[in-house]
Amino acid sequence: MIKSWTTVVAAVLGFGVATSAFASTELTVYTAMENEQLAGYEKAFEAKNPDIQIKWVRDSTGIITAKLLAEKSNPRADVIWGLYASSVALLGKEGMLEGYAPKDVEKVDPRFRDKQVPPLWVGNGVEATAVCVNTVEAKKQNLPIPTSWEDLTKPVYQGKIVMPNPASSGTGYSAVNAWLQIMGEQKAWDFMDKLHANIGQYTHSGSKPCTQAAMGEYPIGISLDFRAITLKRQGAPLDIVLPTEGLGLDINAVALIKGSHNLEAAKKLEDFAVSEQAFLLYQPNAAALARPEFNSKLAEMPSAYYDRLITVDFDKAGSERAGVLEKWRARYDGKSEPKK
Amino acid sequence: MTSMRFPQSPRMQPQPKTNSSIAARLDLLFTSGVKLVMVIFLAVGLALPLIAMLSKVTDVQNGIAGVWQMLSSSRFLWLLSNSIKVSLSTVAIVIPAAYIFAYALQRSWIPGKTLLRSISLLPLMAPSMLSAIALIYLFGNQGLLKSWFPDGIYGFSGIVLGQAFYNFPMALMILISALGLADARLYDASVSMGANHWKTFLNVTWPSTRYAVFAASCLVFTQTVTNFGIPVVIGGDYQVLAMEAYKSVVGQQKFSEGALIGSILLVPALVSFAVDAWMRGLRGGQVSSQAAAYVAPANPVRDSILLLAAGTVALALLSLVVVAVGASLINFWPYDLSLSLRHYDFENSGDIGWLAYRNSLLLASMTAVIGTPVIFTCAYLMEKTRSGWLDNLLRLLCMLPMAVPGLVMGLGYVFFFNHPDNPLNGMYGGIALMIVCCMMRFLTPAQMTATTALRQLNEEIEYASLSLKVPLISTYRRVTLPICLPALLEVFRYLFVSSMTSVSALIFLYSPDTVLAAVAVLNLDDAGNIGAAAALSSLILLTSALVSLALYVLTHGLLRHTQHWRTGHA
Repeated sequence: MIKSWTTVVAAVLGFGVATSAFASTELTVYTAMENEQLAGYEKAFEAKNPDIQIKWVRDSTGIITAKLLAEKSNPRADVIWGLYASSVALLGKEGMLEGYAPKDVEKVDPRFRDKQVPPLWVGNGVEATAVCVNTVEAKKQNLPIPTSWEDLTKPVYQGKIVMPNPASSGTGYSAVNAWLQIMGEQKAWDFMDKLHANIGQYTHSGSKPCTQAAMGEYPIGISLDFRAITLKRQGAPLDIVLPTEGLGLDINAVALIKGSHNLEAAKKLEDFAVSEQAFLLYQPNAAALARPEFNSKLAEMPSAYYDRLITVDFDKAGSERAGVLEKWRARYDGKSEPKK
Repeated sequence: MTSMRFPQSPRMQPQPKTNSSIAARLDLLFTSGVKLVMVIFLAVGLALPLIAMLSKVTDVQNGIAGVWQMLSSSRFLWLLSNSIKVSLSTVAIVIPAAYIFAYALQRSWIPGKTLLRSISLLPLMAPSMLSAIALIYLFGNQGLLKSWFPDGIYGFSGIVLGQAFYNFPMALMILISALGLADARLYDASVSMGANHWKTFLNVTWPSTRYAVFAASCLVFTQTVTNFGIPVVIGGDYQVLAMEAYKSVVGQQKFSEGALIGSILLVPALVSFAVDAWMRGLRGGQVSSQAAAYVAPANPVRDSILLLAAGTVALALLSLVVVAVGASLINFWPYDLSLSLRHYDFENSGDIGWLAYRNSLLLASMTAVIGTPVIFTCAYLMEKTRSGWLDNLLRLLCMLPMAVPGLVMGLGYVFFFNHPDNPLNGMYGGIALMIVCCMMRFLTPAQMTATTALRQLNEEIEYASLSLKVPLISTYRRVTLPICLPALLEVFRYLFVSSMTSVSALIFLYSPDTVLAAVAVLNLDDAGNIGAAAALSSLILLTSALVSLALYVLTHGLLRHTQHWRTGHA
């Protein structure tokens, strides 16, 4: 009895060691991309680099970013592939990234890669802040389909709109940051004051507003567009609205972690992530790509998409975040909070 | 109420006596040795990671002034009062319901007890996401029973309902254990003195179970205060303190603020610890070694009321689960209500694969197999032997886990075990560390259940073993463990099913080889694939239910054998 116990315990303790004994180079890749996409990317990369094996650690943006920062003293990741640039820029500021200019980097639109030379991160898919409208509910509740941000402040939408709380979600901050940039400080806060009156709920996850719109919980959700595309493919009665004033955005980025023991393999992965082959794989998953020559129109997405994207300075957005959030929270966080 | 008491516990001062020095030394080794090992284990698995996280408080801007500014802000006080309101309401719902339910199971002749007990376990077996999905499908803006909550389910009522569902089985576990043992002689005495049912309850039953009621209330209060998973999903704009910690850490990556709130959330546990110490002085109603097991007499009126009450509670619990399982079978809620199995095609909705499922099973079994003897022995030694300061330290350490939000614990593990100078950093990312983490996360309810069962056993057993010069460890193994087998099984099952569904701390600890099924549920929900999240939750639930069933069948004979004395005449 005792002997069998020790065997079990030894087996458990050795679990991690035993499985890692086979592959020549194992590359730990942290990502927030959808699970469905990972297998395809992995297969293509490993076919090209048979001596390297990808080990994914996948979770939501907030959790992966927190994990990376918490592991700062002893990083476990070799590469980040598919994490929003707003988060990646934060890691860059903490000195956790290794600059690298992958092959073909010059073909990436300069708006969608880090400004430094060599860049700390390079973008692949671009996602825009869009509005998801549930067409069935809109009809049932007699709501006109909005076309601009300004439309969303009309009284007819009172309590019908959900957006991510910028204090909980990077997507929420992307939206606020975009409004500040498009409308200018004063007008943007006036806009948000009016929008606040129409908000049914501020959610704590960036993709939830679009999911809630898809389920009809609230007819209108402000979110990044990728979720809208996925939900439409699942059969949700959604219209994707791209407000005419301009679209905030975030970029799925690839970056190397400073201090990785597999730097050479990591560089090969970044080369791949920026290659033509990879961009062809990104095509069905993003309405806009960091290498514009590969942009193709998605059936789910209205045209006039690329022109409405604004240019975001992620370093500037990051450094202003604390101040903007403080102001935002004082005004809107906690709808049921008693007036002071 | 007047079972024989000794002015001092027999083992208050373990003094080696010359004629029994071997037994005494063995006892000392068993008591102090095991306690010391436990303290070290808890220090490494709980206290040090917690300190590693909470020490980030020092990074708060402007130091102490900054901390004070945050704590005295009207926003903080608002969050604090919301947290307290939610937690008190949850306690007020859960504790009476669980007490009546436990009473019906232990002190009545109602039919279908096994079924009722099984249903009451369902909330533990389902990932917490499941109740949230069910509440939204039932009472959300598109919900089937939307009219029940005209102001909407998002907010205070949603949080309290979700918390009540989640906490009910834990409170029940402690109360069942408390109502399980009773001395028939006290009831006979009470009846022969002409006391009615209610009077007997007040004079006999209540004193012997009030400790458990207190313990369960503390547990529910603290768990509710520290839980952020339910408010984040269904809280809407109603905000609580634990959610603020989530926003700081996950939303803004401000570990210092998360640490500050984490420290404040420890306060209820520290208060519980102090009150518990005080309560131990008042302990009453133990089962003496001459006790005749009490079997409640049949009483049709009482039994009908109890059956109705317990049935209502069970129906409420069951309906949430049924709705969630139903949700997993609907094509696209609420627009295409045709039935479909497509959500069970996990290959399509992101390849979760068997690895995650197998890992979850391994994690849950190992946590239960290792955790049950460790926690039970620890509870036994704390309850029945005295080792001065070691006891108090251990008690405090056992109270802490319930007060630590999973997020804080998970990050603490990253900071502590991933540190390059930590000789244990090889464990990081491995399943062994995840087992340790699960044992710590679920320590408090498990230990409370064990303690409640043990507290009802009179110390005469240990006293007799001392005078017979039998080593304590033999008494523990041959007498105490068999008597406590039902509680032991409760603890085993609790550890297993909770580890199957645990997410919040583990989300920071898994590596590519140790992905978990419950984490996959969160990811599916986050990806907007609610049907698939409900489907995977249902599978996890089914697994836990099957394991519980197997456990029940396997141990049924054993239970009948060891528990025979309760119903037979001693």
